[in-house]
Amino acid sequence: MIRFDAVTKRYPDGTVAVDELDLEAPSGRITVLVGPSGCGKTTSLRMINRMIDPTSGTIWLDGRATADVPPATLRRGIGYVIQHAGLFPHRTVLDNVTTVPGLLGHDRRTARTRAMELLERVGLEPRMASRYPAQLSGGQQQRVGVARALAADPPVMLMDEPFSAVDPVVREQLQNEFLRLQQDLHKTIVFVTHDIDEAIKLGDQVAVLAVGGHLAQLAAPAELLSRPASTFVAGFVGRDRGYRALGFTTGEVALQDEPTVRVGADVGDARRVARDEWVLVVDEGGAPQGWWLLSGDPGGRADHTVEAARLNLGGTLATAGGSLRSVLDAALSSPSGRGVVVDDDGRLLGTVTAAAVIDRIEALARDGRSGDTAAAGRP
Amino acid sequence: MIDYWSSNQAEIWRLLWSHAWLSVVPVIIGLVIALPLGWVAARHRWAYPPLVGIAGLLYTIPSLALFVALPGILHTRILDVTNVVVALTVYAVALLVRVVSDGLTSVSADTLQAATAMGYRPAGRFFAVELPLAVPVIAAGVRVATVSNVSLVAVATFVGTAQLGTLFTEGLSRTVNQLPPILTGILLSLVLALVLDLLIQLATRLATPWRRAEVRR
Amino acid sequence: MIGDWWSYLTDPDNWDGRNGLWANIVEHVTYSGIAVGVALLIAFPLGLWIGHTGRGATLVVGTVNASRALPTFGLMVLLFILISPHFTGKTDLPYILPVEIVLLLLAVPPILSNTYAGLQSVDPAVRDAARGMGMTGGQVLRQVELPNAYPLIMSGLRSAALQVIATATVGAYIGLGGLGAPIYDATQQGPFQDTESSHLATGELLTGAFLVAALALLIDLVLATIQRYTTSRGITGRYRSSSDLVAPSEVAVRAAEGRTDLAPGGQQVAAL
Ligand SMILES: Nc1ncnc2c1ncn2[C@@H]1O[C@H](COP(=O)(O)OP(=O)(O)OP(=O)(O)O)[C@@H](O)[C@H]1O
Ligand SMILES: [Mg+2]
Repeated sequence: MIRFDAVTKRYPDGTVAVDELDLEAPSGRITVLVGPSGCGKTTSLRMINRMIDPTSGTIWLDGRATADVPPATLRRGIGYVIQHAGLFPHRTVLDNVTTVPGLLGHDRRTARTRAMELLERVGLEPRMASRYPAQLSGGQQQRVGVARALAADPPVMLMDEPFSAVDPVVREQLQNEFLRLQQDLHKTIVFVTHDIDEAIKLGDQVAVLAVGGHLAQLAAPAELLSRPASTFVAGFVGRDRGYRALGFTTGEVALQDEPTVRVGADVGDARRVARDEWVLVVDEGGAPQGWWLLSGDPGGRADHTVEAARLNLGGTLATAGGSLRSVLDAALSSPSGRGVVVDDDGRLLGTVTAAAVIDRIEALARDGRSGDTAAAGRP
Repeated sequence: MIDYWSSNQAEIWRLLWSHAWLSVVPVIIGLVIALPLGWVAARHRWAYPPLVGIAGLLYTIPSLALFVALPGILHTRILDVTNVVVALTVYAVALLVRVVSDGLTSVSADTLQAATAMGYRPAGRFFAVELPLAVPVIAAGVRVATVSNVSLVAVATFVGTAQLGTLFTEGLSRTVNQLPPILTGILLSLVLALVLDLLIQLATRLATPWRRAEVRR
Repeated sequence: MIGDWWSYLTDPDNWDGRNGLWANIVEHVTYSGIAVGVALLIAFPLGLWIGHTGRGATLVVGTVNASRALPTFGLMVLLFILISPHFTGKTDLPYILPVEIVLLLLAVPPILSNTYAGLQSVDPAVRDAARGMGMTGGQVLRQVELPNAYPLIMSGLRSAALQVIATATVGAYIGLGGLGAPIYDATQQGPFQDTESSHLATGELLTGAFLVAALALLIDLVLATIQRYTTSRGITGRYRSSSDLVAPSEVAVRAAEGRTDLAPGGQQVAAL
């Protein structure tokens, strides 16, 4: 556990970057620091591994004041990932990853074996190991940066906007892989970002900082969305937060049975089972493939079959037990107005209308529960 | 010292003038030669390594070696001032080809595309856009070349060309009062280097008014 | 003329003896080596210190600019006149000292400024990451800053060596040996005329010029080769398997070339 105890940082020029900060980052969890530019996120993070020394106050790491640990020793036990990775250009990927084990005097061969495992874990092929950083894409470099921070298996990781220098698609990949990794590793992570969506997606708890280094709110993501503590937090969390909060709400919604046909079935059969203009098409295993529009088949010739190429693929799929946001989105995006819900193996369970989801949301609100919060309900 | 100056005034002026001339002219000729070569090196990727490589090779040849070997190559006489001018020009070209090329490459691709889009042909674009924008980098190279030349010219004493270096040999050949000519030579060549450096900086400032705006902003 | 040169160069008599070409080469290499060696001892640690701490940077820029304007020949003569009266007896010191001092003054700035510039050129994020991983100041310097600054430091060394070798020839004027000696000797005997003694002088002159140029090229080649094989391929961009790389952009290639190959203008770094 990392604990900030009335920590203040005043730079020599008088700037107060962090002001009397009290904060706890629980072990095995991801704590995200988020806030507008210049609010002291980086400063706070770098005080943990003593890259910056606090002006006053104490930072405790598992019951020890960090000020009592020599900086180099402290840092070797804390993984550190920064924007643009900061890889050593003169060392191969493998040598970059084995840097800290080297500093700690670990056995070289063990370190290399472990580094290769780590590279695989962060999604890099073994042949990348002998490359130099200049031979990697930005996303690959960032993966190496994460692997390098994990190399000596530190219990604590500090990450300063590690995914902000890559494009949105790669960023999302990296975020998902990062969450998967954390499921196995259970590190104590402090993660800095200025992107509230990233904070909400990754954080077990989110600390919103205001300029001047004040802690504006510390809460689980769902609570942040549903109960912002101040107008500043409300403004920072932004629009759509009611809708986004649904992302942290799960709840049973009654499903309707949906008649289906297989790909390749007669259009006549489809017309027979259809409830309206639209028929859901599934494969042999029962996985939804798309919607078939009956009136889109002029003449309705009986010899016509349901072709995969002419399916409407517009609807998203929701997984049973997923968030109400994903269920609602399935309903809203479906051409038939009926959202498709599948089980964990992708097989059709039934459909649901937007109205049914809204009823459910209202019922939950009436019960005074805002659903299971993310901290507890996160898969 | 004062005595020495007053009694040798005309001679000192003559040497100073010759030294200044020998320092500046080769750089001007060198720049004229280096501009097209640097342009080729900047425009064609394949041309950069050989051109800059050869320039680097020329630069490694010691000046004295070049001074004395040129009569053999040019069929000039050993005491001919042409040897010195040619040798110093070679150094200027060697230095400036790389500088010109790097200066031209440093002009942003966006600017060049904008110029092309506005309808400049390659030649017009070169003189209206690329060259002016490369001036600061090229000027820095010209400063280096000129100031180094002031020091190199003195070596031409070996091949009998009269310039401030002559004062050094004159001092050495005296038996009494050796210092005044030597100190005069050192002092004047320092001043000359300083003045030429300032002149080039001033000219660069005048030639690139937009940079002053950038600084002020 | 080429004949004069060739016959002088290939005549074994000209190579042997106390004033032979071998002796000249050995002297030249010795004087240059001492100057560059001492300059390295002074400038390298100083440059590392300034580059690592960031203190005294203005000093670096100042010395480099001033050194370029240094009238080396005049300074040599001046020092000779000032120093020689203090030595009596059979010693070469009154010749050697002025030359070595001037050579030292020439060699220090490029090494100093390039060492400094090399450390400055290290990406701050890389240095930050190194510290953040728990490297001590010395480890950051040795394991991160030095390897990345290495190409620039080497080009500073090459540039210093070239200037020293070139300027050492001028020492002949005050009576020092080295490869300047045959050149100076020959110019005194009227080369490039059609008499037998002049043909000999021409040969001697061109041989001296040839040898000093060859020496400069050779030393530069040796240093360039050392540099090439001791610089990390991650920095030079000469990757082992060319099929296996993400094509670096043209700009990056240029930048890499510019970093490894600053030979002539090693000093430019501070000026541009
Ligand atoms: N070395 C320094 N000296 C003086 N002031 C500094 C220094 N470093 C940071 N600051 C100031 O402290 C404040 C907080 O800076 P910090 O880098 O922690 O912000 P941040 O929240 O990480 O911002 P960003 O999202 O832009 O990275 C800013 O006002 C910044 O200008
Ligand atoms: Mg920051």
